[in-house]
Amino acid sequence: MRTMRLALIIGALLSSSACGIQPWVKPYERDRLADPIMAWDRDAISSAYLDHIREAREGARGGTGSAGGGCGCN
Amino acid sequence: MSPAYRHLTQLAAFTALLLVRASSADVLPEDRADIFYSKYSGGGMDITGESVLVRKKVTENFAVEANYFVDKVSGASVDVLSNASVIKDERKQKTGTIEYLHDKTTYSLSYINSTERDYISNTTHASLSQDMFGDLTTLTLGWGLTRDGVGENDGTAFVPRIVWLGHAESQSYSAGLSQILTKNLIAGLNLEVITDNGYLANPYRSIRFLDPSNPKGYSLGSQVYPDTRTSTAIQGQAKYYLPWRAALTGSYRYYHDTWDITGDTYEIDYTHPLANIWILEGRLRYYKQGHASFYSDIFPYADYQNFMARDQDLASAENTTIGAKITYAFLPDGWKMFKRGTATLDISRINFHYLDFTDIKDYGLPEYQPGDEPLYHFNATVFQIYMSMFF
Repeated sequence: MRTMRLALIIGALLSSSACGIQPWVKPYERDRLADPIMAWDRDAISSAYLDHIREAREGARGGTGSAGGGCGCN
Repeated sequence: MSPAYRHLTQLAAFTALLLVRASSADVLPEDRADIFYSKYSGGGMDITGESVLVRKKVTENFAVEANYFVDKVSGASVDVLSNASVIKDERKQKTGTIEYLHDKTTYSLSYINSTERDYISNTTHASLSQDMFGDLTTLTLGWGLTRDGVGENDGTAFVPRIVWLGHAESQSYSAGLSQILTKNLIAGLNLEVITDNGYLANPYRSIRFLDPSNPKGYSLGSQVYPDTRTSTAIQGQAKYYLPWRAALTGSYRYYHDTWDITGDTYEIDYTHPLANIWILEGRLRYYKQGHASFYSDIFPYADYQNFMARDQDLASAENTTIGAKITYAFLPDGWKMFKRGTATLDISRINFHYLDFTDIKDYGLPEYQPGDEPLYHFNATVFQIYMSMFF
């Protein structure tokens, strides 16, 4: 119940603040950010494979943004 | 599901409902096709991977993606080899994804099927991504459900006899935030909670316990795992555009679960393009984990405690990765229907070092008492080569 009340407050703040915030980096200033080298993940097929290897050999999993999928990898 | 996680899902759903608002349109990622080959060698294992991925926009707002991946495994990890069990297997994974863009919201739905002789996994994953605050912020919420069938090969690699042992189910809940901070700097934060239940053990691994009646000084026994596991991972990352046109990325991930495994991951990447034809990338990654509460390299006797494991993936360990990647644009200006084409070579070298898991395959009595064998370590090389066509 406390969590839902907090969610309502956060939601109200999000809704109200989104209307008033002006972007401090203008669209014409984002040319560097649009450069392909600034993409979080240029090659999803490669990073998904590396995540798969790591999850097969490490105890930790998740938090990297990949969609997951199981295997019996020994 | 515990009350805390029920509230987390309710909060995520509520937040998602707030975010759909009419505004100027965004675009879906470009169409592409990738052919991929990989090889992993290390720790007694050789694994080759072959994959094809195709992504196509059906309309400006609707895209589909399909991926087919085949792993071929030969050899086995050291604790499996210690039990004189050799594996030769093939895993096939098929993934289908649909994406729909409406104003500034992207909806994505994926289905992943992975099939091996002794393991079947089916995953459904849905996500919602919303641009906000003048496109400076992107919020992504995700949910996944995985159902696995777990079996064991009681025969040999060439004459298998599969015994199905049970099922496992996993649900994941994720939230990610990507934020433009300055015209040169972006930051991201990802949180993921995963909760598993069912048959979570590895049937090919065993515990060992002291046994003076055995010539080796120890005997092997069955692992006993809890049938539930809940984990939390939170990753922060930042990417900075350097003045000479290069990118520097740093990230840290903290992990903890109800098996008491903790993990810290640090990674740094440097990307440097050359003359719009080449992209060079170097990376360094360090991972350290603390062992599961029910893990031990050797137990004093059989049935020592309720839950017992000697799985190397649950041991205290660290690994360091150094990697390099080079991408060549062999069609920088496109050709006919293709906007551009690239070829990439990626090589990683990983050093694994275990802090409380010993190598009992190569060492034992009379030179080493049970439990005093040298700690296990190995190096692995990961080789990837792929071609990507954009159209």
